[in-house]
Parts: sequence; C-alpha cells; structure tokens
Amino acid sequence: MARKITFQQAINEAIDQEMGRDESVIVMGEDVVGGSGADGEMDAWGGVLGVTKGLWGKYGDRIMDTPISEAGYVGAAVGAATAGLRPVCELMFIDFMGVCFDQIYNQAAKFRYMFGGKAETPIVIRTMFGAGFRAAAQHSQCLYPMFTAVPGLKVVIPSTPYDVKGLLIQAIRDNDPVIFCEHKVLYTVEGDVPEESYTIPFGEANIAKEGDDVTIVAVGRMVQQSLEAAATLSKEGVSCEVVDLRTTSPLDEDTILESVENTGRLVVVDEATPRCSIATDISALVAQKAFGELKAPIEMVTAPHTPVPFSGTLEDSYVPSPEKIASAVKKVSEYTK
Amino acid sequence: MSNDKIIAVTMPKWGLSMTEGKVMEWLVEEGTDLNVGDPVVDIETEKIANTFEALDSGILRKKVASLDDILPIGALLAVLAPSEVSDSEIDDFVSEFLENYVPPAPEEEEEEESAYQYIDADGYRLRYSKMGTGVEKIVLIHGFGGDADRWLFTQQPLSEKSTVYAFDLPGHGQSSKSVTDGTVSGLAQTVMAFMDSLNIAEARLIGHSLGGAIALQSAISCPTRVTRLDLIAPAGLGEEINVDYINGFIETDNRKEMKGLLQQLVADPELVNRALVNDMLQFKRTDGVSNALSQIAAGFIDDEGRQSRIMREEAALLTIPINLIWGSLDKIIPADHARGLPTQIKSTVLDGYGHLVQLEAATEVNAVLAV
Repeated sequence: MARKITFQQAINEAIDQEMGRDESVIVMGEDVVGGSGADGEMDAWGGVLGVTKGLWGKYGDRIMDTPISEAGYVGAAVGAATAGLRPVCELMFIDFMGVCFDQIYNQAAKFRYMFGGKAETPIVIRTMFGAGFRAAAQHSQCLYPMFTAVPGLKVVIPSTPYDVKGLLIQAIRDNDPVIFCEHKVLYTVEGDVPEESYTIPFGEANIAKEGDDVTIVAVGRMVQQSLEAAATLSKEGVSCEVVDLRTTSPLDEDTILESVENTGRLVVVDEATPRCSIATDISALVAQKAFGELKAPIEMVTAPHTPVPFSGTLEDSYVPSPEKIASAVKKVSEYTK
Repeated sequence: MSNDKIIAVTMPKWGLSMTEGKVMEWLVEEGTDLNVGDPVVDIETEKIANTFEALDSGILRKKVASLDDILPIGALLAVLAPSEVSDSEIDDFVSEFLENYVPPAPEEEEEEESAYQYIDADGYRLRYSKMGTGVEKIVLIHGFGGDADRWLFTQQPLSEKSTVYAFDLPGHGQSSKSVTDGTVSGLAQTVMAFMDSLNIAEARLIGHSLGGAIALQSAISCPTRVTRLDLIAPAGLGEEINVDYINGFIETDNRKEMKGLLQQLVADPELVNRALVNDMLQFKRTDGVSNALSQIAAGFIDDEGRQSRIMREEAALLTIPINLIWGSLDKIIPADHARGLPTQIKSTVLDGYGHLVQLEAATEVNAVLAV
C-alpha cells in the first residue's frame, strides 16, 4: 500500500526491510546507533540526522557504531563485503571521502577486476551531499563526479522518496560497490512510497516530466529545481522534458539521446562545480553522439567554481535555482544561428 | 449573469486517481452540432489516453482549452449553446466560469484516494474499491498482470445503477503478492471468499481476460452465487493464447520491451503512454511479483503454451445470462473463441479494437454492459 512518507523515512525503511530479509546485511558508521546502551527506539539518535533511528532496537549488534576513523571502518566494511557480508556503511558527509578514498577507489572498486571476477564487494556507502544546510565549505560539496570517474563503482543519486527506497534496495542487493549519494535537503521531502519492497534497476533514467521543446538533464535535488523551472516555463508556452539520471554510473545514454533527438535542445543542471562534472560529461556525450540533432548550443547550469560559501545569501545564490534554469532554457529555446 | 441555454463541457474524471488531463486533439470544429456520445476531444490522463464523448447535445460554440493544456478535473474545455446565443454572451459565460472555477483541493483528492480499501479473504489482503449503492451487486475481475485500474472507464458508469466492486487479484496491484493457489479454480475460490468477506450473497461477475476465466469458473463452481456473467476477451474458451506476451511480461525488466508488450494489448499503440509503462514496471519490480505471475500463468497455460483450463462445455450448461465481448483485433486471445457457442450465450465483437477493449472502446463496452 502506498502512503506518503519522507525521503529520510524511505531510506530507513529500505535498510530495515533488507535487514529483515537478509541476515548478511549490516550497518556500520559513526553514530548510526547513537546513545549506545539505550533501547534504540526512543533514545538512540540513529545517525547525525536520525536516518537509522530504531534499527538498533530491532537488529542489535548488526548496527555498529564505529570510531571516528573513516579509513578504519570503511576499510573494515570493504573487507567484510569480500568475506560474505553486505555492509551498508555510512560516510556521514561526502566531504569526508578524502580520508578513506584508497579503500574505495583503489580497493573496493578494483577487487572484481584484480581477482578475475572471483571476488565480489557488495558494499553500499551511503553518504550525504549538497549545499543548503548552512554547513559551510567542508560539509556541503557535491563530489559525486569524482566517484563517477572511477570504473568499478556504481554511483546512485536519488531524487524522490519512491526512488530512494527502490534504488537503495537495489544497491544492497547489488554485488558491486555502490556509492549512494543522498542530498540532505531532500530528507524532509514527502512522496508516495509503497510499503512493500521493490527495486529500481541501475542505468534507467526517469523522465520526470515529458516535453517537446527542451531537454533538461538533472540529478538529485536539481531534479526538483528543474521541475519547478519547467512548471513556470510551461505557462509561457515552453515545454520541457526533465530527465532524472538516477544513476551516473551506469549512465542511461539512450534516454538522454532519445530525448535530445526529440527536442534538439539541451540544458544540463548539476549542483557540482563546473569542471569535470556530470554537466560536462553529459554535454560531451550529446555533442559527440547527437550533434546533428542539436538546434542550439548546449547550456550548463552549475555551481560556480568556488567552495560552498557559509554566508546564507551567498549559499542560496551558489545553488542552481529554478530561475537560473529557466533562463538557460529560454536561451536555448530562443537561439537562432 | 447566467444563461441556462449555455452548457459547459468540462474535464472529466476517469477513475479514482485522475486529477488532471491533457488535451491531445480536438476531434470536432467549432460550429459542429453534437449529439450525446459524439467524440469531442482526445484526453490523456496519467493512466491512458481516451476520447471524451459529448454528455449533452448542442452546437459546439467555443473551444476554451488549447492543445497540450493540462487541466484539472472540472476545468472548462468548451461551451455548447444554440445558435441564438450571441458570441458575447458566450464570452461572458466563459469569463464568469473561469472566475468562479476552483480546482479540487488536494484534501478532496486524498479522500478520493481512500476510496481504496483492504479486506482479508482466503488468506490474502486484497485491495478493492466500491462504488454506487444499487441493489444489483457487481464484482469486476481484472486479467493477468492488471489491477483494479483496468476498470477505470467501467466501474463508475455501472455504479449509477449498481453497487460495483473492483479488486486486485492475489499477486497483483496492491494485494498480497504471495499466491497460495494460482489456478483458475483457486482464484475463483478467492473471488467467492472476497464476496463472503463483504457479505455479498450473489453478484454479477464481469471479468476481463484471465479474470473472465475466473468469473466463468466461479459460476460453474458456485452457480447459486452468480447472477450473470459478462466476459470480456476471456480466457477459458479455447486453447490459443499469446504465450509470448505472457512470458515476456513475466520476464522483462526493460522499458522498451515492456512498452512493446503493452502495445500488443491495444489496436492503437499510441494509447500506451509512458505512465502506463511506468506503472507496469513499478508493479513488476515489487518483491514477489515475478513468482506470483509465474505461478498464476502455470495455472492456466500448459508447457506447450496452450490454455489448459477450457470451459466451453460447462459454460454451455449454465442457465444464467452470459455476454461475451471481444475486440476484433485482439492479439492475446483470438476473438474466434466467441464462435460456436450455444445461442443463449450472446456475443459482441467490436470491430477495430484490441485485447484491452474495455479501455480502448469504453463507450461501446459500457453500452453492452448496460443492457
């Protein structure tokens, strides 16, 4: 039965249902139990924003609080995955990837390849990303392009409560390392989510809105911003198709190219900084494979090439807004050679 | 100022979940004299596209909605009025309507959503909706891979005279996904248990496809509880079935393949929109669904890909009224199965439609069901 729950509750439910279904699923991370020694229902906080709240009371020691040493526990989780467990490991903020990157990009991502397919590393690393929390430059970045650049990692960036549950269940059942990127501003967003367990396959983009004039490709929170822009533009007679990539690795090239073949115009919206980003990646793809279909130059709407500012006013203007997206759409739709 | 000669044509509400519709194509010009039932405009909902037919007769004086407009239910689409009404009176009517029109509030929609209920029967949790209060009880039984939404255009019209129940079969929609007995007789038993739970002593059963076989089996097993059968493109009346469709539907997890499969269900492939494909993929990706569908398919199709539960002779012995409705272009179960049955079994083959005839030719099917 579908009912409305938040993005955050959908994450909790996905982990809960998979832990109930499969004993090899464990959770590791800093403060994921919280209030150690309490019953896990009322007192345990369950992670810095309470995403794993209640799970310790249900699954006990399968939820493990770790020391503040990402290099240590992420490495331990990677090892546990190769030895038969399915760790769902929480890297509190994506900004902390630097201290455990060897364990991710040079170990977890390589094992299947280095051992000729005989080793599998079914680990999920859940991590919060994105600006909008007044959390300053070291807790607000969009570093998913760095993970996307590494072969051997799957990178998931959900945008709705429905998607986050299905994609997380898929991630936990997947036999490869998955970097699961959760935009913290989306945690309170509500949406219809079925109670039953379900999956969404990787590499299948979702057309969040159909349209004929301009294709907008986006991920994560930028999908919502793009939909807002599309709603405004539709009143002005511009019909936008909004493609939500859902996963940047694997990438659903077909859906992007087919949409651009129909519209002939592309705007890519990416909250990451502009160089070597999803925006540049998608732009290159379309320029290479659908050049003949384009009626206007591709537009990219991204953050500027700076750290995320702490000042609220500056942070707000740092994030691509519906207004900026709308003006990029107008630019491509009004373009004449 | 209101003019009672002017009639507003508004966005219809098809099914429980419809909140808005998109104007796809006007089928008539301004100035056309419309009769009730004339096709007026093609409208696409989140489920499927359909032709909106005139509910009143009169001259179509003004099209208010433009192509590609997405409008909430009840919004003004067009205006009908006799020729003596002046253009300015019509313009006044339109502006007055637009001024006073309030789209349905989200709270009301939520209330509509709760029109779905759940009941425990035969070991399952079954989702159903009930419409109408009439004396005659009708139970609608969808087909393989479907759900209660297959009756989008059927349930409401029937509910004007009858109490109409539509439910999701086990393994389908939002009912329990683990199936204990997926055979036709097992599912017929579930129908009877569903009726027991709702204190329905006897009912008219309307079944589509596999649901038709289940309805027929129910009447054979419990003749005193079924007052009439309307079988739409039913299984159970011949060996042939498009087993590639059935197997493809069970196996695919791919958008393009799913779209291709669903297009086999209708004569006009344009009717299969992205939302319908999404709905089916979401359903298919729910835990337990693949197993349930395999089990149910094995219950009515043999290893050679032929239907294994054929009830032609038993159907001929039934004394209740039986109506068969088929689309002539059905690519799943051939309309030929309607032939060669005793004359007391009435049969209507609708020219130019496919397997999902109750969605594709809703008006025609509803007209047959209303008799």
